[in-house]
Amino acid sequence: MPLIFASAAPAYTGFEVFWFVLIAILWAGYFVLEGFDFGIGIMLGVLGHGDDLDRRVLINTIGPVWDGNEVWLLVAGGATFAAFPNWYATLFSGFYLPLFLILAALIFRGVAFEFRAKRAFPAWRLAWDHAIFWGSLLPALLWGVAFANILRGVPISANYNYLGSFFNLLNPYSLLGGVTTLLLFSLHGAIFASLKTTGDLRARATRTAMYLAPVATAAILAFLSWTYVNAHNVHNTGLVPPFVPILALAGVAVVGWLLREKLEGWAFVAMAVGLICLVATIFLNLYPRVMVSSISPAYSLTISNAASAPYTLKVMTIVALIFTPLVLVYQGWSYWVFRARVQRPAQGEPEAVEPGPGPESPEPVGATSPTQSPSPGSGVS
Amino acid sequence: MAMTLDLSRWQFGITTVFHFLFVPLTIGLALLLAIMQTASYRTRDDAAKREKWEAMTRFWRRLFLINFAIGVVTGIVQEFQFGMNWSVYSRYVGSVFGAPLAIEALLAFFLESTFLGIWIFGKGRVSAWVHLASIWLVSIGTMLSALFILAANAWMQHPVGYKVVGNRAIMTNFWAVMTNSTLIGSFLHVLFSALVTATMLVLGVSAWHLLKDRRAGHTPQQVFATSAKLALVVGAVAIVATLFFGDNQARIMDRQQPMKMAAAEAIYNTQNGASFSLLTIGDLSGNPIFQIRLPHMLSVLADNNWDGTVQGVNQLQASEAAKYGAGNYKPILWVTYWTFRTMVGCGILMLLILAAGLWLMRKRRLENSRWFLRISVFAIALPFIANTTGWIFTEMGRQPWVVDGLLKTSVAVSHIGTGYVVTSLVGFTAIYSLLGAIDFGLMARFAKDEGDLDEHDDPESEPGSDRVPALVY
Repeated sequence: MPLIFASAAPAYTGFEVFWFVLIAILWAGYFVLEGFDFGIGIMLGVLGHGDDLDRRVLINTIGPVWDGNEVWLLVAGGATFAAFPNWYATLFSGFYLPLFLILAALIFRGVAFEFRAKRAFPAWRLAWDHAIFWGSLLPALLWGVAFANILRGVPISANYNYLGSFFNLLNPYSLLGGVTTLLLFSLHGAIFASLKTTGDLRARATRTAMYLAPVATAAILAFLSWTYVNAHNVHNTGLVPPFVPILALAGVAVVGWLLREKLEGWAFVAMAVGLICLVATIFLNLYPRVMVSSISPAYSLTISNAASAPYTLKVMTIVALIFTPLVLVYQGWSYWVFRARVQRPAQGEPEAVEPGPGPESPEPVGATSPTQSPSPGSGVS
Repeated sequence: MAMTLDLSRWQFGITTVFHFLFVPLTIGLALLLAIMQTASYRTRDDAAKREKWEAMTRFWRRLFLINFAIGVVTGIVQEFQFGMNWSVYSRYVGSVFGAPLAIEALLAFFLESTFLGIWIFGKGRVSAWVHLASIWLVSIGTMLSALFILAANAWMQHPVGYKVVGNRAIMTNFWAVMTNSTLIGSFLHVLFSALVTATMLVLGVSAWHLLKDRRAGHTPQQVFATSAKLALVVGAVAIVATLFFGDNQARIMDRQQPMKMAAAEAIYNTQNGASFSLLTIGDLSGNPIFQIRLPHMLSVLADNNWDGTVQGVNQLQASEAAKYGAGNYKPILWVTYWTFRTMVGCGILMLLILAAGLWLMRKRRLENSRWFLRISVFAIALPFIANTTGWIFTEMGRQPWVVDGLLKTSVAVSHIGTGYVVTSLVGFTAIYSLLGAIDFGLMARFAKDEGDLDEHDDPESEPGSDRVPALVY
């Protein structure tokens, strides 16, 4: 395998580097923010299993913010289109079926948040809760698969077309990447739940996060190790600077300990650092490429051959520099407004009673068998 | 490739039409809700008035939120499908077309999603003033979104501020792209038609309730009487503006896209003082069998001149072929002819309905006018038909071009297997059908439901359902 950029490295313009970094930041923001709301969606099937009210509390922890979190993806997509049209075109047409599945998942999930409360009967709610669960789980898995493939290399031709099939995208490395993001987002969601709920639900969320933490740590360790081996032996790029992947691992690894010390807030921060450093590892390893061609290093898309016109990059840079800080301020403020924990309505309040066809059947939360659908009148314990 | 092309076009069309059933209502209702909430804020010292406006806000916001969700999620497909199905197009235009898309996401999507969250969940956590400001920011977000996406579309209709370098178009002047003459007309036309869409819905649903009250011998509910009046006033202004800017667009189109104008009218041969065809039944080669025409109207419409020249499809085909090489430069004429007619017809009908409503309102006979209220209920369909046919006309009238005069649709499609496109086309169509049906059911249910008009707690729960004050979803 020849060295890729060892000789005659082309010079990249400041705008090209800026947009590469900005898109990396957008993906990092997306992983941190939508990561926990995907995680909450997955937690509906774990923490909220068998109890409609618990699921409702969980959904309301992300209710005001999930839509804003998803916009990070839309901005990343739009920025890629404007700044690196060839990257956008090759990636989106090449990863056609995974993207279709992600879109289908995001459609059902987004609609489910709004629709589930509109009718009271249990089958309706359960159906939308399934939509939220699968609609969160599938993208959580597929984004990892997609990024692992971008980094690993896919068959890209001289004119930047993807020549592989759907099954080229399913390989051990990318599946490991998918499992890694799935576990990381699940853990992130469990930590967020422990941070935003109260009482029994909070305790169970913390417990679940503590169970998940070592598994997620093992996954990210395996993924980073494989990435390290690939970087040195396949791509000859090295993995620089090494503290970034180490921080990615460390962020996830300390979560279990922080949770044992009841430092939920710090566990969330550590998780965010881990996810940011994971995205940074992927993008640093990619740089200056944006998609690796497995056919020939010469066919890889780079920030130079994928880039938009310099004028476009300049205009976009001005717009981004003005509006990104503004967006960060008001989105941050919205998190501040909703900083309170979501209360599960206390037992005995008439408002909290679900209308159900059957009599109230109090049951210990979490004790229902995995196959049993939630009882409509499940009691508040 | 031919199969991939056709299926990709169907997918784009189906997605866009479906998306645009929800978007105009979102834009229009956001503004109406902002107006209603402003009225309730300004009357906060007058309990009776304030309660009426608050009840109105609560009632219409439920419909707004049901509708909003589908508009948002189909918007994601809209943004991604350029790269998925139209990658050659994306490479070619990314430098120009991608910019407004990215700016739309950064400026508009963040604004509307963040402040919608504040608006839905923030009551009691932020001051009444901030709560009111947040619905205004949502409304501004929806309008900004329309502006930037229409800037991208206007560039496809009439490319400006670019040059072609190698095999792609490069932006040279962002200001020119954002002040495209095509954009100004279409933005205002779309914005006001969105307001018309929302007012026709508010009018129709209010009329249904007023009819019900009348049948039951009750006094008409103030919430619906006031909603209907608000809709009539706003709607009347908006429909006049929609028609005005639509007419303005027709003139611009006549200069910039003469083929589309000719196709709108199915004018086969160039003529002076052309008449406007209200209805033509003819064979496909352009020989009319039966028709009703308004003399000189087309020339006036297109050129502002009684004897203005309107070019014909045949002459334009010849000149385009001379300019761009042999090929078919005609859109599908029966599609353009009928969609244009349907759009304009629906617009005129809405103008008549809103004018009649205003007159009845002035005579204080609105609540008792059964015929008008009945018509209003059925008229809810009109703006949706007009919006859909309007977009089908605009996009199909541009064919065979995807970017007028620059890039043909046939070469813009991704080099992907037909099997993938079949999968996504079937998948998306099934998803849209399912969600469309569910949405329609929910909208109808909540439009009929008066349950929480007198309630003061959680506006989200429906009557008789569990009320969990701390939880919204």
